[in-house]
Amino acid sequence: MKYIVSILLSALLAYAVGIYGNLPWWSFVVTNFIIAFAIPIKPAHSFSAGALGVGSLWAGLAFGIDTANNHILSTKVAKILTIGDSYLLVIFITVAIGTLLGGLASLTGSFLRSSKA
Amino acid sequence: MRLLPFIASAIVTISLVAVLNTQLTIGTTKSPKLGYFLSPQHGFWKNAEKVNTNFDASIVANELKGNVDVYLDDRLVPHIYADNDQDAYFVQGYLHAKFRLWQMDFQTRVASGRLSEIAGADRLPIDRFFRRLGMVYGAEKTEANINANNPEMKETVDAYTAGVNAFIKQMDPADMPFEFKLMNYVPENWTPKKTYLFLMFMSYDLTGRAATTDLQLTNTRDFLGYDLFDKLYTNNQDSLDPIIPKGTVYQKPSIVPIKPINADSAYLHQSTALEFNNVETPAAPNKNNGSNNWAVAGSKTKSGRPILASDPHLGLNMPSLWYEVQITTPTHSTYGASFPGSPAVIIGFNDSLAWGVTNAGRDVLDFYEIKFKDSTENEYWYNGKWNTAEKRTEVIKVKDSADVVEQIPMTVWGPTMYDAHYQNPQSKGRNLAIQWTAHNSSTGVETFYRLNRAKNYDDYIKAISLYTCPGQNFVLATKTEDIAIKQQGSFVARWERQGDFIMPGDDTTYAWQGMIPNEENPTIKNPERGFVSSANQKPTDPSYPYYLGTATSFPLYRGISVNKHLTAMSGITAEDIQALQTNNDNVFAATARPALMKYVQVEKLSPDAKRMVDEMNNWDLVNSENSKGITAFKIIWDSVTQAVWGDELAGSPIPLTSPDDFVLVDQLLKDSNWSIADDISTKGKIENFKDQVNLGIENATKKLLELEKENKFEWALFKATKVMHLTKIPALSRMNLPIGGGENIINATTDDHGPSWRMVVHLTDEIEAYGLYPGGQSGNPGSAYYDTFIDYWAAGKYYRLLFLAKEKLIKNERTKWHIQFKKSNAS
Repeated sequence: MKYIVSILLSALLAYAVGIYGNLPWWSFVVTNFIIAFAIPIKPAHSFSAGALGVGSLWAGLAFGIDTANNHILSTKVAKILTIGDSYLLVIFITVAIGTLLGGLASLTGSFLRSSKA
Repeated sequence: MRLLPFIASAIVTISLVAVLNTQLTIGTTKSPKLGYFLSPQHGFWKNAEKVNTNFDASIVANELKGNVDVYLDDRLVPHIYADNDQDAYFVQGYLHAKFRLWQMDFQTRVASGRLSEIAGADRLPIDRFFRRLGMVYGAEKTEANINANNPEMKETVDAYTAGVNAFIKQMDPADMPFEFKLMNYVPENWTPKKTYLFLMFMSYDLTGRAATTDLQLTNTRDFLGYDLFDKLYTNNQDSLDPIIPKGTVYQKPSIVPIKPINADSAYLHQSTALEFNNVETPAAPNKNNGSNNWAVAGSKTKSGRPILASDPHLGLNMPSLWYEVQITTPTHSTYGASFPGSPAVIIGFNDSLAWGVTNAGRDVLDFYEIKFKDSTENEYWYNGKWNTAEKRTEVIKVKDSADVVEQIPMTVWGPTMYDAHYQNPQSKGRNLAIQWTAHNSSTGVETFYRLNRAKNYDDYIKAISLYTCPGQNFVLATKTEDIAIKQQGSFVARWERQGDFIMPGDDTTYAWQGMIPNEENPTIKNPERGFVSSANQKPTDPSYPYYLGTATSFPLYRGISVNKHLTAMSGITAEDIQALQTNNDNVFAATARPALMKYVQVEKLSPDAKRMVDEMNNWDLVNSENSKGITAFKIIWDSVTQAVWGDELAGSPIPLTSPDDFVLVDQLLKDSNWSIADDISTKGKIENFKDQVNLGIENATKKLLELEKENKFEWALFKATKVMHLTKIPALSRMNLPIGGGENIINATTDDHGPSWRMVVHLTDEIEAYGLYPGGQSGNPGSAYYDTFIDYWAAGKYYRLLFLAKEKLIKNERTKWHIQFKKSNAS
């Protein structure tokens, strides 16, 4: 249950701080850190909750935006990043960044709590 | 004890954030900050616009005096209906920013030498060039003059500026244009000065070539000697068909410029040791920056009403230089192409008349050599005494590096562009001041403002009489059935060859002796022949009493082609005019090919070369996209010119400008013993045209065989026309477009240059207008409207332009969206 709540909270708060264009793009790192610090679950679970939360949020957003855009911009970005012309690859890298950072942020929060315990 | 894992994990997390939040250097370019750039809520994803976006909006702006309605049609062209002019320009500024903010920022950065500030020291050469050229100086003078003397224009530009800034203020940072995110910088507020900087850039683009060519021509003269120079770069154009028909009688000139008595020895035949090249400068503006425009009288049209055509030929870029707009207020209703960066419509029509422009190509920029007293450059010699040179300080901010400061000594001529601190290694410390009409406070924006409101010929003449730089050929057609064309600008009354080369700056001897009065600028109204036209050729035959500038500034053949067609046409329709604008006939080749063939010794050619000559000979003289004959002709012609005068130009330590094609054509037609034909590198042997033509063909054949192998023989594949994004990133550009045309062709589409706004206006009671530009209304590479018009443009097709009163437009089936601008929520 705490695990599910962690995932949902992580996605929800990441989205919430992302709405504010003036806040830095990595604000979700802070929210994930706090969630993992506050909700006591195992570090490994914390990592996967944070990763899943942000990763699925970014995956959903990127897929949704990309589909509505007919892949116009993601295809161009793939070429600019010199990774071919696959929009899927751009989405993959996007999701990978969100997943990895989200997971690491939560892991760090979880470690801090357990180091105090 | 979990402290260690915590620290390790924290370090990894923070490091990863830091790396993803840094611009990485990849080769010579910098990556965006990847984490930011790929974040779906901050980065490029936010610019990936829904293909079926609903552009309806309601915007509150308390700067407005009243409410404004904007309707967007299916091509995303805004139709602005405002209760007063200021509100209309406010909204025009807002919409320019909404759809084109990045290009507005970027173009004015280029103009003001501020690229290094965002891109680093790599861009310093370009920034220094524009600072030294006096771009900021010129813009400041215009701003000061308008602020002091022209409240109506000040109000207009201020309203426009407020509109741009209202958009910037309301914009969520996450929604800022894609390129800012890519290049990692943020928009700054617009200012009136930026509008004037943008207009300075247009002056540079259309008259600034001389900043490069004056030096090149001086070097070429020095290298060849004046007599040979004058043969190769002759000012005689035998086949000229000028804008004002030959034989027109001109009034006595009010200024008779006197050539200095020592000009032959101290100027024309003088050979300076000065050697420049253009290593430190950005690419000079394209030689073919020009355009076509014409108007046909009712006597030649099917409807009995005039038709006007205008298509400015400029660099093909995305986002486009142009943005279509309709502006309707109680004072006027106008439609056309506007410049993101400037209020009003630049080329367009209103409910009374239509106008268009082509570049005049007149020389309005000269260099004067300056002598400084000492290395402080505080005093310079002029009229027999030392004069103080005030220093103009230009600070160039450089990303990740210290500021670069330019101290520019100001002289009676203008800024000292080249001196000990800004020079080429070969310039040997010489100092050159620049005199340029663009520095003299331009009133261009008012001309367009008045043309937007003009009702008739007199209004048009009054509007354009304010116009100084860059000189243009303004064409007009009115509903009342007047047609006219006038070459207008602030033009120097020159003596023959004055200013073609660097001039002595010691005293007034070589100074400009006056500006030609507006009334003496070449003008023609309702001529007998039923049409007026211009295509950047010389405006007049030699009986015009002023020197026009070196002939190399005036392309010859497009004008001949336009006039030939217009003369032959009758019962003309708007469709006929569209067909003419996209016409690919090659009148140059029609003259040059037979001239060349006179000298070909077929029996001596290799089999491959014979085949290439056949390819050229069987060609229909049309530059169509799949033609192979034009490719064969072009390569052979260029190769023959190389054989004829390449030897004369070879051996120069610095690049020289090539002579113009017409020079060789004229000689081939009349003289088989032209001395230039001899290859001066072969001692004891005299070559003639026959030798050089065959040699040229054999050399060309090698290249043509390569093209054949690479499958690039067909004209469009060879030419590879592209519309490049301003950053030159191919992924944001459109490459290898299937389009014919080329240099000397009415459809003047070369590899990266061509018709940038094709417009045809039929002056019927309800104006019937067509047009498009190679781009799209949205500057956002993530929008479906980014490159909407390009395929249509390449295919030579046109859109019918919607120009309607508000009630009719609202009901039109092509009207899609409504943006309401309100002064406050309450109203």
